[in-house]
Amino acid sequence: MLETVLGLYNYWIVIVLMMAGFYTVIARGNLAKKVIGLNIFQTSVFLMYITMGAVEGGTAPIVGAGTTLYSNPLPSVLILTAIVVGVATTALGLALAVRIRESFGTLEEDEVLALEHRMDGEA
Amino acid sequence: MPSLLSQNLPALQVVLPLIAAPLCLFLRPPKLAWLFALAVSGAAFAIAVALVGAVAANGAFNYEMGGWAAPWGIEYVIDPLDSFMLCLVTGIATLVLIYAGPSVEAEIPRGQIPVFYVLFLLCLTGLLGMVATGDVFNLFVFLEISSLSTYALVAMGRDPRALTAAYRYLILGSLGATFYVIGIGLLYMMTGTLNMEDLARRIPEVGETRTISVAIAFLAVGLALKLALFPLHKWLPGAYTHAPSVVTAFLAATATKVAIYVLVRIFFTVLGPIDAFQTLPAAMSETQVVSILAILAMLSGSAVAIFQYNLKRLFAYSSIAQVGYMILGISMASITGMTGGLVHMINHAMIKGAVFMALGAVILRIGACDIRRLDGLGYRMPVTMAAFVIAALSLIGVPGTSGFISKLYLVKGAMEAQNWVMVTAVLVSSLLAVIYIWRVLEVAYFRAAPADAPKVREAPLVMLAPLWILALANIYFGLETTYSVGLTEAAADFILNYVPGEGPTWEHPLFDDGHGYGADHGPGHGGGHVPEAEQGAHAPGVDL
Repeated sequence: MLETVLGLYNYWIVIVLMMAGFYTVIARGNLAKKVIGLNIFQTSVFLMYITMGAVEGGTAPIVGAGTTLYSNPLPSVLILTAIVVGVATTALGLALAVRIRESFGTLEEDEVLALEHRMDGEA
Repeated sequence: MPSLLSQNLPALQVVLPLIAAPLCLFLRPPKLAWLFALAVSGAAFAIAVALVGAVAANGAFNYEMGGWAAPWGIEYVIDPLDSFMLCLVTGIATLVLIYAGPSVEAEIPRGQIPVFYVLFLLCLTGLLGMVATGDVFNLFVFLEISSLSTYALVAMGRDPRALTAAYRYLILGSLGATFYVIGIGLLYMMTGTLNMEDLARRIPEVGETRTISVAIAFLAVGLALKLALFPLHKWLPGAYTHAPSVVTAFLAATATKVAIYVLVRIFFTVLGPIDAFQTLPAAMSETQVVSILAILAMLSGSAVAIFQYNLKRLFAYSSIAQVGYMILGISMASITGMTGGLVHMINHAMIKGAVFMALGAVILRIGACDIRRLDGLGYRMPVTMAAFVIAALSLIGVPGTSGFISKLYLVKGAMEAQNWVMVTAVLVSSLLAVIYIWRVLEVAYFRAAPADAPKVREAPLVMLAPLWILALANIYFGLETTYSVGLTEAAADFILNYVPGEGPTWEHPLFDDGHGYGADHGPGHGGGHVPEAEQGAHAPGVDL
């Protein structure tokens, strides 16, 4: 039991972050907070990839004298790409939030929905 | 030179629009940017046609990016399914770009037009890359390239609601993509590879583990979000309604299709050897959860469409129903059913391309496509509306149009499977389609235009030409099915009987010195729970 909790603590952190982010995306009404929740959700995935690339006792994957055991560099490299994607997504999401705020005058989802509903009625 | 060119066609297919996209920024006059984007897309279409020829002549082939052999490098695989998807996407993109000129000038602020074409070409790059690549992580990167540019394209709509629609699409789309990454991460954990063919080879060994089941669940939900399968379709109506007309036509005809392609690719080739699709975790007895969702999508999408006033929103809901048809065909997992699903992908691309192009022309001239303002439209814009009628009939599935062919195959597949619920659902959903199409036709043809209606001209020729090409294609492919059904039948046969190749038996060149790095120093944490010797023998690239 203790081993499952402590031995795999990275994965527990992944799960906690993932659920916290996911919950924020679903439950928060503020559009900026939703984007931040999405970012946390993505971060948990980064951590998951990096965790699975680690090799117990392995060093950095640079060929050198005297080292025979290396960590797997591939997940880290993949995550570099995913981080770039995450930054782009967050930037675009926040930019859209700014424009929504300019057009609707609010960032609260329920108020935006009410305004949209009124527009749908007019159109 | 010609041989060098033809050898590199799979790479050029993706790289050409990618390199061309930023160049649009330097072409400030809107006309110039438009013609440049059009030329690029035309060239991409020519490449796709050449690839179809190559696949038809020599069968599937792969291309090693940068000369790195798979499974260590990223490879592009062009098989029968890929080549027809590439042809479809580039063909639609070219037609939509011909159409784009006047429509974009009317709907997008002048200064932003070059940016619009940058995003359009990037979106095209992403879609082509998703189809061409043979690497699951590379697929994610292209997925995000196309998605991010799509969010920005949707946000360029004139209405402020385009912003909220784009925002919702961004949140749900990113969740879907992230679910997909989690899924492939778990697959990688168990197999130590990201190459699709290599994954298909190794999955059976670990297919029973819980990690793989969880991976399948994440992949299914993530991809269902991307392709707008009921009940994960909430982003679609808003995005289609408020995006600029050109974007709606392009998205409706390609984006969800490519997502469906990815679903087929992941579930029938990568996870094909363990029958992941047929045994999805939530499957209920013999009828799978997927076909139930597809039927619900077909019925609810069509039913909701009946009550819409905005025509773009009406046909967006109809798209949700049509996605249901495609998924229904695929969920039958038989050659006939799969052919029906795939052929409907082509036909629906032509139908919805034509429908949304016609609506774009109406918006250009009338200023809106609200059904309450379109009285007598059939007499005010006869050429546009005639093309619309052809596409609409094809959407219903009237014999002699392409829509009939796909429904014929779907019903045939359902009858082969002795599943009368599916047969009924296809027929009922088609009847609902008759109702919502009739609402439009009644307003357009059976009511006189209001006396004070301003006279409107037809849309310009560059917009009518691609619209009519698509409309006539609907009739052509309804009568002559050699190409559409022939190609998709080959693709369905290929995908359902997919067996991964033997794969290289030799070690990675860097490790070919007899030291046997891999076998001695297993991946430990890295490859997860695969036996170490096994892992070392096959994937030295993983434990570098």
